[in-house]
Amino acid sequence: MRTKAILKHTALILVALVMLYPLLWMIVSSLRPDDLIFRAPGLWLRDLHVANYTDGWNALSQPFGRYLLNSAVVVLGAIIGNLVSCSLAAYSFARLEYRGRRIFFGIMLATLMLPFHVVVVPQYVLFSELGWTNTFLPLIVPKFLATDAFFVFLMVQFIRGLPRELDEAAVMDGAGHVRIFGQILLPLMVPALATTAIFTFIWTWNDFFSALIYLTSPDLYTVPVALRAFIDAQGSSSWGSLFAMSIVSLLPVFVAFLFGQRYLLRGIATTGLK
Amino acid sequence: MAYTRRNAKAGYLFLAPWLIGLVVITIGPMLASLYLSFTDYNLIQAPQWIGLANFTEMLHDEKLHNSLKVTFVYVAVSVPLQLVVALATALLLDRGMRGLAFYRSIFYLPSLLGSSVAIAVLWKQIFGTAGLVNQLLELVGIEGPGWVSNPDTALGTIILLHVWTFGSPMIIFLAGLRQIPRTYYEAAQVDGAGKVRQFFSITLPLLSSIVFFNLILQLIGAFQSFTQAFIVSGGSGGPAGSTTFFTLYLYQEGFGKFDMGYASAMAWLLMIIIGLFTAINFLGAKYWVFHEN
Repeated sequence: MRTKAILKHTALILVALVMLYPLLWMIVSSLRPDDLIFRAPGLWLRDLHVANYTDGWNALSQPFGRYLLNSAVVVLGAIIGNLVSCSLAAYSFARLEYRGRRIFFGIMLATLMLPFHVVVVPQYVLFSELGWTNTFLPLIVPKFLATDAFFVFLMVQFIRGLPRELDEAAVMDGAGHVRIFGQILLPLMVPALATTAIFTFIWTWNDFFSALIYLTSPDLYTVPVALRAFIDAQGSSSWGSLFAMSIVSLLPVFVAFLFGQRYLLRGIATTGLK
Repeated sequence: MAYTRRNAKAGYLFLAPWLIGLVVITIGPMLASLYLSFTDYNLIQAPQWIGLANFTEMLHDEKLHNSLKVTFVYVAVSVPLQLVVALATALLLDRGMRGLAFYRSIFYLPSLLGSSVAIAVLWKQIFGTAGLVNQLLELVGIEGPGWVSNPDTALGTIILLHVWTFGSPMIIFLAGLRQIPRTYYEAAQVDGAGKVRQFFSITLPLLSSIVFFNLILQLIGAFQSFTQAFIVSGGSGGPAGSTTFFTLYLYQEGFGKFDMGYASAMAWLLMIIIGLFTAINFLGAKYWVFHEN
């Protein structure tokens, strides 16, 4: 029994090492001079070559901080949008009765499977007609319209788990739906809201495709598009600074992961989100 | 009655943002893209009705056939491979095992990072001519090829990247494994069933609905992969078209050449393909997905 446990842990640690090796190697490489990156598969560092970070930070027309800020604005907008609109829709689906609710709920579930590409061309036309291309609006406004059905579904499931007696007692006390939703259910929904916020953060931060088609002016680039521009500008000549900025771009996701682990793991186990 | 009516009004009010989104962001654009798929449209001039021309063009478009092939190979290899690795790892992570939370977090991390441009950049270097993989191979005296610049291996590197993100289906498997009562295994043990037998007679049948769920989810996602192929190939889908995923070709036609009519037709083809695969899976599920009671 003992040897079995040791074998199992050895296997798991090996898998973990193989999985983490590329990431660790990227961190180490971001602190190495370029010529060493191409000769050193190991992880030891003789001295810290921080120039990669300063070079990378200033390599594009704007300092990299600008792209971090752009991403932060988009992410913040998306989080607020998803929290507000998805929780409103979830309350409606989970607690209120009206004609068409079941059908709407079915449609909502169906949109989970809809490939984004089927709507992307007309959405692009729509947003460009509105004069929104080259602004953050196409990346933020849809979130205020509960287009991320995953989160609506997650919150519906969560609200269904809360006792109905709470609402009924509040109705007795003369509370309306706004108060039931805002003062009774919303505070209890914190775990679902946190899951939504963290996933929205990570997905929006990583989102490349939408930013690629909507943001054409370099001042507005979010981090992923800036990284891509960086590759184009440098060719493959300076992997060190490219890795350095890659690390910078991954840091917020990593921090979100550290702080949100509990919610992330539970959210994915219950709904199968990414 | 008065309460019900108030209820209905509140229902629609709370649903309003979603309803507006459904009409403006989803159904409206769907209908529009269906219309555009029968037109020639370059964003500047008004769409011109050309009937089925976009679809007949698809029949002769070699690049499109290639992109379908690339995508099918990618889906057919990477999805099962990732699920097998995810299930195997989940099985290793027993209940009540020491360090479970630690392993779970480590294995899950790549799932969050995998879709980022930064990791695609990393992958491009790892599998480059002088990249990490070849440096390691050199240690044992093998001279590796330029994996991402070779048409035979480029797609394989992106498949590996997908497998690397096995953490999210693994978490779902773990949650499923936890639902299986321990007593089943104890009873099987008493009857003299070995580990392999237990896996095929207890674990797999009771986990089949979760396998199905993961399969559907990964399938839909894999058909829509874009970022990794775009970055690894520098937007070209090369070398020699070996990483031109369907969505990458759609992007090139729509947002590179501004042939929005053709791109819309392609989008509908993708939707039909995904719909067909999902439907086939649901039909097939009758025969292998086990439901209690």
